[in-house]
Amino acid sequence: MAGAGGGNCDVQWCFSQVKGSIDDDVAEADIISTVEFNHSGELLATGDKGGRVVIFQQEPESKNQPQCRGEYNVYSTFQSHEPEFDYLKSLEIEEKINKIRWLPQKNAAQFLLSTNDKTIKLWKISERDKRPEGYNLKEEDGRYRDLNTVTTLRVPVFRPMDLMVEASPRRVFANAHTYHINSTSVNSDCETYLSADDLRINLWHLEITDRSFNIVDIKPANMEELTEVITAAEFHPNQCNTFVYSSSKGTIRMCDMRASALCDKHAKMFEEPEDPNNRSFFSEIISSISDVKFSHSGRYMMTRDYLSVKIWDLNMETRPVETYQVHEYLRSKLCSLYENDCIFDKFECCWNGNDSVVMTGSYNNFFRMFDRGYRQDVTLEASRENSKPRSVLKPRKVSTGGKRKKDEISVDSLDFNKKILHTAWHPLDNIIAVATTNNLYIFEEKLN
Amino acid sequence: MSGDNEDTQTADETTLDEKEVQDKVISPEKAEEAKLKARYPNLGNKPGGSDLLRKRLQKGQKYFDSGDYNMAKAKIKNKQLPTAAPEKTEITGDHIPTPQDLPQRKPSLVASKLAG
Repeated sequence: MAGAGGGNCDVQWCFSQVKGSIDDDVAEADIISTVEFNHSGELLATGDKGGRVVIFQQEPESKNQPQCRGEYNVYSTFQSHEPEFDYLKSLEIEEKINKIRWLPQKNAAQFLLSTNDKTIKLWKISERDKRPEGYNLKEEDGRYRDLNTVTTLRVPVFRPMDLMVEASPRRVFANAHTYHINSTSVNSDCETYLSADDLRINLWHLEITDRSFNIVDIKPANMEELTEVITAAEFHPNQCNTFVYSSSKGTIRMCDMRASALCDKHAKMFEEPEDPNNRSFFSEIISSISDVKFSHSGRYMMTRDYLSVKIWDLNMETRPVETYQVHEYLRSKLCSLYENDCIFDKFECCWNGNDSVVMTGSYNNFFRMFDRGYRQDVTLEASRENSKPRSVLKPRKVSTGGKRKKDEISVDSLDFNKKILHTAWHPLDNIIAVATTNNLYIFEEKLN
Repeated sequence: MSGDNEDTQTADETTLDEKEVQDKVISPEKAEEAKLKARYPNLGNKPGGSDLLRKRLQKGQKYFDSGDYNMAKAKIKNKQLPTAAPEKTEITGDHIPTPQDLPQRKPSLVASKLAG
């Protein structure tokens, strides 16, 4: 299908690259915890449990192979957060990077926000490809010259050097969250951003680190009365006054910052009515929303709960306009999924560039794509076995009935330790980044 | 019901099984709930309620009180301080944590393997 990011029905996905070690023994620090393309798609950032950020840059398309999109190669890597211990509260603060959000590019440098459970940092990534040479008082290696040997005066000049990419922390936004930060979101005004923890949402100015405004507070006066927590939050892509936050009870609240300083009262609440007859012990747990994402257009938003992906029209609060089952066959496995804690896994979801296809991960290193227009879905797998360059990914199928066809995999054979929680779609092209536990796969549309 | 090899099936659950086979009225979710309640009869009825949420909010909580530790050391004197079980998961309650119990958190000095 022509056009970048078009409908998915005849897109064939093929393997492009995989990053990370083949080692089966995964160190905890290597577990990928977030994946995010920047606004142009040229840069791809990952964060891991060890607090490290790795940024990949797409090589420019070569004239020799115009059909091949550029590969992503390491551009910069740095230690963003380190483990801390809060002695006052006896609380261990993990260095795991929960979210990375890119700022829109304003000058030569790139900026991103990375956050762990407690602290958000603004990192500047800049390139240096020239350096000054010919100082009067210093040698080239930095040592100071003996002033007696200085007999002439010269003007230092910039000379080209090998490209160096430097990452430096420009702002540290700390001490504003009692609970664990789950989301950050940059406002379309490019001046402010929000950070959300389990019970509160704060609004920051990117330049100011010593204060933030609390805009949502759902902490009850008596903690015994706690019934729900905030699970994700995001600013509207073009309305700078609007943001949404999702809850562990499956609701989404939309707030308008023009209405009042404290947005505890929502402007809209999105909730799908539940059939009381179908209610079970698991109902609330599986309705908990693990991710919420606005469409690029700003007209829709998508939510991910344990078993499904739902698309909501912002004009209709009563129910979603579309619901896609990710792995409905797990409904009859909820007991064991509760026992092994998998029922609490937080899957993310993402839109393609023109909002026609949505994607989310599942178990056994499967991930799913749903084409909204053509009403088709596909299950693909990220595995080393399908990692020959440009090999087309074959759709996978999980057999639910008694009879298992050849090539299908039965529900009981699924590996629940191989979960794809984080995926990202290039903002313009059909290129996707899929994170398994410790590997990053890049797939792209097969171009003929 | 497929794959159900419980030894601890209660009479109620067996009835449930039969009912499901016959009527298919009981949803798979409710059947799973019955399974869970059979395994853990003490499970409360508020699954998403405060207990679960508060456990989530307390993630990362470790307990070490230097006052308690020093007082206990002074009282016991020559005796050994009770130590945690080898697979220490939660260091709280009866056991008095020691600095050795808290796992050392050191920052990663190794570069990410994604950059390799």
